[in-house]
Amino acid sequence: MRPATRLVLLTGWLGYVLIPWYLPEGMSLAGYPFGKSGTALALVLSGAAPWLAPIGVALVLASLLSVRQENATTGKLLAWIGFAGLVVFFAQGFAITLKDQGMPTLAALLGGAGAAQPGMGFGALVTLVSLLLLLCHGLAYRGLCRGDVFTTSSIGIVIMLIALFIFLPVSTILRSALVDQSGNLVLGEFVERFFSPTIWGLGCLGANTNCGVAWNTLILAVLTGVITTLLGLACALLILRTGMPGKRAMRLLTVLPIITPPFVIGLALILLFGRSGLFSTFLFDWFGVPRSRWIYGLPGVLLAQVLAFAPIAFLVLIGVVQGIAPSLEEASQTLGAKRWTTFRTVTWPLLRPGLANAFLLGFVESMADFGNPLVLGGNFEVLSTKIFFAVVGAAHNQGQAAVLAVVLLGFTLAAFWAQQYWLGSKSYTTVTGKGDSGLPTPLPRRITWISALVIGPWVALTAVIYIVILMGGFVKTMGRDHTPTLQHYITGFSIDFSRGLYFDGSAWPSFFTTLKLAAISAPLTALIGLLTAYLLTRQRFAGRGALEFATMLSFAIPGTVLGVAYILAFNVPPVEITGTGLILVIAFVFRNMPVGVRSGIAGLSQIDKSLDEASATLSARSFTTLWRVVLPLLRPALVAALVYSFVRSMTTVSAVIFLVSAEYNLATAYIVGRVEAGEFGLAIAYSSVLIVVMAIGISLIQLGVGERKLGRRGTPALASSAAEPIKQG
Amino acid sequence: MQKRHWLHAGLLAAAAVLTSAPANAQGSLVMYCGVQEEWCRAMSGAFEKETGIKVAMTRKSAGEVYAQVKAEASNPRGDIWWGGTGDPHLQAAEEGLTHEYESPMNKDLQDWSLSQWKAAKQRAIGIYAGALGFGFNTQQIKAKGLAEPKCWADLLDAKLKDDVQVADPNSSGTAYTLLATVVQLMGEDKGFDYLRALHKNISQYTKSGAAPAKAASLGETAVGIVFIHDAVVFAVQGDPIKPVAPCEGTGYEIGSMSIIKGARNLDNAKKFYDWALTPAAQALGAPAKSYQVPSNKSAPVPAQAPKMSEMKLINYDFVKYGSSAERVRLLTKWDKEIKALPK
Repeated sequence: MRPATRLVLLTGWLGYVLIPWYLPEGMSLAGYPFGKSGTALALVLSGAAPWLAPIGVALVLASLLSVRQENATTGKLLAWIGFAGLVVFFAQGFAITLKDQGMPTLAALLGGAGAAQPGMGFGALVTLVSLLLLLCHGLAYRGLCRGDVFTTSSIGIVIMLIALFIFLPVSTILRSALVDQSGNLVLGEFVERFFSPTIWGLGCLGANTNCGVAWNTLILAVLTGVITTLLGLACALLILRTGMPGKRAMRLLTVLPIITPPFVIGLALILLFGRSGLFSTFLFDWFGVPRSRWIYGLPGVLLAQVLAFAPIAFLVLIGVVQGIAPSLEEASQTLGAKRWTTFRTVTWPLLRPGLANAFLLGFVESMADFGNPLVLGGNFEVLSTKIFFAVVGAAHNQGQAAVLAVVLLGFTLAAFWAQQYWLGSKSYTTVTGKGDSGLPTPLPRRITWISALVIGPWVALTAVIYIVILMGGFVKTMGRDHTPTLQHYITGFSIDFSRGLYFDGSAWPSFFTTLKLAAISAPLTALIGLLTAYLLTRQRFAGRGALEFATMLSFAIPGTVLGVAYILAFNVPPVEITGTGLILVIAFVFRNMPVGVRSGIAGLSQIDKSLDEASATLSARSFTTLWRVVLPLLRPALVAALVYSFVRSMTTVSAVIFLVSAEYNLATAYIVGRVEAGEFGLAIAYSSVLIVVMAIGISLIQLGVGERKLGRRGTPALASSAAEPIKQG
Repeated sequence: MQKRHWLHAGLLAAAAVLTSAPANAQGSLVMYCGVQEEWCRAMSGAFEKETGIKVAMTRKSAGEVYAQVKAEASNPRGDIWWGGTGDPHLQAAEEGLTHEYESPMNKDLQDWSLSQWKAAKQRAIGIYAGALGFGFNTQQIKAKGLAEPKCWADLLDAKLKDDVQVADPNSSGTAYTLLATVVQLMGEDKGFDYLRALHKNISQYTKSGAAPAKAASLGETAVGIVFIHDAVVFAVQGDPIKPVAPCEGTGYEIGSMSIIKGARNLDNAKKFYDWALTPAAQALGAPAKSYQVPSNKSAPVPAQAPKMSEMKLINYDFVKYGSSAERVRLLTKWDKEIKALPK
């Protein structure tokens, strides 16, 4: 057995023997090592929890193997022991929960008939991880993934996390699509609900009524996906491939919407283009254009979504455009191709994975978006708001919500497959170890012009919206009474210095909580996201496709449904974490992880495998390769993942609205409350503060991670050894 | 080796920092609050000051609280659910999610409060009432050359085409109250005729019940059908909106309070329940810009509050229209016969 495996085993014993197994109430250690803060071993020996004994047996059996040679037989045994340990672990966990719940027959089989146990704690967690790693190490001994324990362990951990925090809650909520209140299976009702004309009706084509909510959502998502991708591409090309003036300002403005809390863009659009909006009033007063309500409905929601999501496409595509090897374009030009031909036949095809990823993100984001349709939707209904109100509205129909969630999930699935089909199995590798030199080709003139024409108005609109937002916090009532005032900021953020430093503004508690949770979840998200991307692109293992799909699943499930699912799944033992900050962090991590995965995949598919292989040939282990070779090349993806998850943690509403508790309230939940109460001033003021904080956070992330250094001509002060021969050449 | 464990180490550290089991010791109370934030904070703060019991308060809309209480039913986290429109409270009572309680304060309460208590089989009680009505934007109505609307019938004027807003009854308790009110006031057939005629003038069925009041105060719509106190908030701010209690008569909501079944701090929940029915506690609404009528007979009625005594109130049948069977029937009918209509 390798020393690493022995350490894993030791950790397992630590969790079983020393650390309290359950989550003690109020963190008290009274009665340790027995009672509520008891360790597994003590509880088994005292007869309080006999069903924990088989887990100990698994650890004993694994310990017997520790003196054996590392070979396939040991691996096989170890893997089986780890697997069996996991099975008994989860069997007792799900069988014995609260009194009269769980699975009574299985509980009786395990010797715990009629018993109850609280939520699992740190002892259980440590033991679980240990059992999982034993299984993974065993598989590595058998030669899986070239015998690399790091790889198998990472795969094991990622699969476990996804199973626990995505599949478990999602299956819990989907189950309620098929059963009624008392738990009976009702297929007929499901079919009737599923094919209801409110979902699939086509009334808008002829009958002058509204179309089904599914069609609305689909149309909106496709439009948003296409437009955001094109805008993001135009922006990335302009910034990286032209000498356009004002690039820095433009870059800043295009990133602003991403750090804006939801509702705010919608509110600003109403204040500008609503019937009494500034712009509408101007048009009416000067040109007699009648005031109308066009902003409420598809145009308004689309506009808000494009403003909000185009920056995501931009973040994905800028990494991809940066990564395209200029040498290919130079080769094309050397062969006599014009700029346009080069762009069409070389650059564009290489952009395809980036475009597909950007589209997929925009499409899925639009489907899951909740804030903008809520504010601007008018009579244009989409699935996400419909689901929200099926859960919380006057009808209180959770089954209906689950049916709608199934439809939404179907769309996302289809988009995912379409993307795979389009990309096919072509190679998009351009970052190789082979003297990847050359200067990026300037953009063909017509592309430059088209891009500039598209980007110009967009940037102008964004600027105007942010002026409105900035002003909104400093005037009494935006759109009516423009007397300057600081009142909104004082209400939210006053600090009392008379009693030392006392934060007595009403917004402070939620502000600090939000900041803390976002700062914790961002690195975790990036870590898990990029690790998953690495495994998906670089390792071959069974179930890879399923894993990739699973990572997209939590993204596709609208936040509200995920929130309810989390409560349903994690309010009872074995995983009892509602009301804690942990559940918020987990919700953030698994909701935002897809961006880390997508940008990681997009980045990795450009980096040639020969780099990994070179590293492996030089006898680096896969962890070293990942850390020293792949990660530095993935910096744009890392930035994207960190920034996105940090920002999203600070701006999500729908996913967390059911998960916030008194102790852990979040900024967005607070802002929504202000909007509901009609206090737009305070809402906008708070949002402005969040925007500033996020801007600072993003700068810190970019400063901390740094730029990716590709060995290319014209990049000054490159110290990497790869750049040397190129400079000589 | 240690490198290999960065992932779990990170998770563990996060878990250690974040996990704190919900307060369970004596002297605490978990409160789900269904009215607006300012009022919620005034209530929890005052109770803390008075009793020394630490209140952990979460503010959510009534529907969200209901959804949460239902989701947590197998392992309740909350103790008391205070505020929010009565229907979700009745629904929770019907499903046995809340706890029966008879407060010694009951004798001081208005009849409508106790009728809610009876309708809920002692599982919910009325803490405030608010009548349904509408608010109109004075400037817009003037610009259209209309007389000030005073009755439900006035809202059918052709000049108001695309200029009336009300929430969707599927998503909002306010709008469901309108649906139930019209059915009780005019009879079911005539009531649906009225809603059908009104449909031509509705520009948008909003999601949130109070949103039409905000829209009317901003001039985004001429008329917004809301609970009158929601329109009063903007009128007090000085916005050009005027609240109206319709002349034909109108229905009302009973904001309610329930103790959650399986509350971990049941005694404190009862203490809060009794305290929340005192005149002093009920006087906290007005300073927090909530102008509903309190349920304790001796609690002061806010000066700005719509005078319930001067309105024509219908005899609203909370038992019938609060039951889920009747609600589902009416909502399905509304979806089929009103919402699906072309404009």
